[in-house]
Amino acid sequence: MLGENFGVKKNQTINRRMFIIGAAKVIVFAGIIARLFSLQITENKKYLTLSDKNRLREWRLPPIRGEFLDYFGNIIAGNLKVYQLHVIPEEVEDFKYLMVRLKEILNLNNSEYEKIIRKKNKQKPWETLIISKNLTWEQFTKVNYFLHDLVGAKPVLSVSRNYPFNDKYTHILGYVSEASEKDLLNNEMIKSKHVPGLKVGKTGLEKTFENELIGTNGIQRYEVNAYGKRISQLDYTDGLNGKTIQLTVDTEIQKLCNELLKDMAGSISVMDIYTGEIVAMQSSPSFDPNLFLFGINQDDWQLIRNNPLKPLVNKTLSGLYSPGSTIKPIVALSALENGIINENFIVNCKGKIEMYGQTYHCWKKKGHGVVNLKSAMKQSCDTYFYEIARKLGVDRLKETSLKFGLGEKVLGEIFNNEKKGLIPDTKWKKNNLGKGWVIGETLITGIGQGYTQTTPLQLCQMTAQLANGGFKIYPKIIVEENIKTAEDIKFIMNKNAKNLDEKNNGLQEASELLGFSNKKEHDRLFKNSKNIKLVREAMFASTNEVRGTSYSSRIEDPKYQFAGKTGTSQVRRITQAARELDLNTSQIPYDERDHALYIAFGPYKDPRYALSIVVEHGGSGSSTAAPIAKKLFKLIIDRHELREQTRIQKAIKI
Amino acid sequence: MQYNSFNTQQTFFQKLKNLDYILLTCILLLGLISSLSMYSTDGGEILFHSKSHISKFLIFFTMMVFISFLNIKFWHYFAYVFYIAILSLLVWASLYGIKSSGSQRWINLYFINLQPSELMKIAIIACLAKYYHRIQPNKINDFQVMFIALVILILPIMLVITQPDLGTSILIALSGLVVIWLAGINIKYFIYSFIALLISMPFAIAFLKPYQKSRILTFLNPDRDPLGAGYQIIQSKIAVGSGGLNGKGFLKGTQSYLEFLPEKHTDFIFTLFAEEQGFLGSLGLLLIYIIVIYRVLRIGAISRSYFAKLFCYGYGSAIFFYVTVNMSMVLGLLPIVGSPLPIMSYGGSSMLATMIGFGIVMSANINHKQLIA
Repeated sequence: MLGENFGVKKNQTINRRMFIIGAAKVIVFAGIIARLFSLQITENKKYLTLSDKNRLREWRLPPIRGEFLDYFGNIIAGNLKVYQLHVIPEEVEDFKYLMVRLKEILNLNNSEYEKIIRKKNKQKPWETLIISKNLTWEQFTKVNYFLHDLVGAKPVLSVSRNYPFNDKYTHILGYVSEASEKDLLNNEMIKSKHVPGLKVGKTGLEKTFENELIGTNGIQRYEVNAYGKRISQLDYTDGLNGKTIQLTVDTEIQKLCNELLKDMAGSISVMDIYTGEIVAMQSSPSFDPNLFLFGINQDDWQLIRNNPLKPLVNKTLSGLYSPGSTIKPIVALSALENGIINENFIVNCKGKIEMYGQTYHCWKKKGHGVVNLKSAMKQSCDTYFYEIARKLGVDRLKETSLKFGLGEKVLGEIFNNEKKGLIPDTKWKKNNLGKGWVIGETLITGIGQGYTQTTPLQLCQMTAQLANGGFKIYPKIIVEENIKTAEDIKFIMNKNAKNLDEKNNGLQEASELLGFSNKKEHDRLFKNSKNIKLVREAMFASTNEVRGTSYSSRIEDPKYQFAGKTGTSQVRRITQAARELDLNTSQIPYDERDHALYIAFGPYKDPRYALSIVVEHGGSGSSTAAPIAKKLFKLIIDRHELREQTRIQKAIKI
Repeated sequence: MQYNSFNTQQTFFQKLKNLDYILLTCILLLGLISSLSMYSTDGGEILFHSKSHISKFLIFFTMMVFISFLNIKFWHYFAYVFYIAILSLLVWASLYGIKSSGSQRWINLYFINLQPSELMKIAIIACLAKYYHRIQPNKINDFQVMFIALVILILPIMLVITQPDLGTSILIALSGLVVIWLAGINIKYFIYSFIALLISMPFAIAFLKPYQKSRILTFLNPDRDPLGAGYQIIQSKIAVGSGGLNGKGFLKGTQSYLEFLPEKHTDFIFTLFAEEQGFLGSLGLLLIYIIVIYRVLRIGAISRSYFAKLFCYGYGSAIFFYVTVNMSMVLGLLPIVGSPLPIMSYGGSSMLATMIGFGIVMSANINHKQLIA
């Protein structure tokens, strides 16, 4: 038995101590309430955001790429519906069984099968695994037939790039393929819109206009659980299609160009001499860009890459060729403009001339005899041009060449592979080769050999600017709004020409002195329009008069009649021994054969189109390149009416 | 005193009248709230957890009422037996217990997997209460007296900590220590042992399991491993914080519904409740617990017997520890240690122990005028 005293003392102690604990409890509870308050009231926004971030996932859908149209509105790069087979591994009960069945049904070979398994192991189980990017209709129906046995496999309809004209537009449009690490790194736009399997432009206009073409992603918002599994779709936003881009190119002419250059390495460019619109631009050989859509297979790639005719190079823009005799109209014009010669200047061609201890040969061993400007141009007499080049000097020749667009990019920054070429002068040689200019180099520059390098498109622009009477044009391949019609441009050109004739126009001279004339649209590129006329007549003679270098390729019907200039550009120096052998083209190894060139414009009476043709190692301009022009001109002129009608319709629409 | 005289002083109806109805109401309220929360963890359906929880609550609630009709002397009489029985069960569990997720703390009783460590939370209070009931106040600080009390306390802690179950052993230690404190041990011993604890801390940490160390490090910096050890606490804070003032609404807690919350029916049940019911709801729940604790302490205050007083004060404080440790843990104030929220959390043994505790307290209330020799 406890004493009463002890009990009282113990009770006092316990109550006192309980009171202390009770006070401590109040403090602790207050602390917990404060913590609850800070989490739920003070920081509520922060945690609410975090909670939404946890549960909401956005799925970006691939954007639909803008299309390319030709001048007549035909789709030349479109989007095709494709049947794909998707699997979300997480939703498949027996993935192995499914894959084995699919392998059977789709006839996958082992390496394809392993590639899919590797891909599956790389991604998260809830991410869509693309088993096949492009099922054939046959495969698609087969999969649907066996669908009950393929739990988790989803045949879906998707869109993919499609080039309906296969290899006809490859070098203009380029091609698209799956975005690489580098694409993501270099282009913010691609990075921000990237989804697995997104295809982006790799070359050509597809690459240049990537940011306009790409479109915007559609967005699906899902509520997901902690494991990332989609629970429900909250909303869906459609993406916007990329911008449609229309080209100035005519598919029919483009197709013919492709055909004419079949099995040859070379290029054709066709241009409207007033509007600067590129009507056709073909580089040969080409390849089918559709091959790249779903990843090109190794065999096809090797075939393209190892082709000695170099299909991957866009020869129209990046091919650098000595212009050969096609430069002669510019040499002649430069000499006339600088008052070195007049139309009656004559030279006696003996087949070669000796100068400063060197022998310079004319292409015709026997010589042309006494020739004036017109007959020298007609027969492409080298001796005549050696002589006038010597008198003119390379620096004045360069001035004229630059005026007509040589040595500069024709389309600016539209193609990243376009080259500037090279128009040499004395200063250039000193700065770049460290040696003084030799007069002999002037002579060979006068017949388009030596250092001079031009692209086929530059030659085409040069021809166009000669054909329109010597006025500047602005080449373009994209159809823009508010473009001037050929008539508007002709009117501006006439005005510019008149201003020259009326020398008494003081205001004009004053503004020219102040440098305003430089900014004038479609400015004249000549001092005297008579000189242009002479050069054009000489080019006409070259094609349409007996003994002209391209006489055999002439068309007599005035509707199609064109004027042109052949060119044969040496790939290597002709040795004395070779000159004496005088071999036929077919007897020379392919790599050593001359390039065949031809420039032309027509119809001669009222010119509208200019073209340039280059056939690599084609032998001579008159035998290989000029006949192509003959076939091409008929179609170009026949298509003209339709082109004009389309232009009017477009103008009305705008 | 005869065993059959334990129940003779009051008639059944008198006892019924003397039940603490406020406490009873609060317990029923907690039962209701916990059942609804369990229904929410099942995704708004009555599935395994809600069914099992509701039936356990009803069974053990009935049992509690039955226990409360036993005279408090009965508990005094059997306190040591109760303690030794549970201690034996702990030994049994460590030898033949069921292993699950890295620890061995359950005994298979066929109808229930019993976790004796949960029952030890009550037994330690009862045992120490009886022990101090007899000690004269001037002998409380004697070495021999203190030594026996420490042995009573340390034996079960050692057994539980080796299971390993840090959370429960801490709660057993706190429950025991509070009883020893209330009995009147000199404060200096607490200060000495606290200093000793601080000194031995680095050595103790060396004995912790790697997962326990990582929990402590994670508590200090949850962003250390946001997808691993820090995941639970980060997700729990997000859930509570996103609840706001009014909560996301019943069955609308996205964090739990979308399975971001781990252990949502056991230790993290308060997180789910706070997410769905918000600050106001959480305050309400906390208020119920405060009332429960207050009622238990009040019963202790009016009890005439020292045993009943010590037990009620001890148990009231123990509930306080359970609630605050659990809440501090899910609110990121303490490291994650396994500790259920009484009545709210899913778990049979915890529910059983809690209800036994309340039963004894109720019995103390009914017999508050009873003196124990």
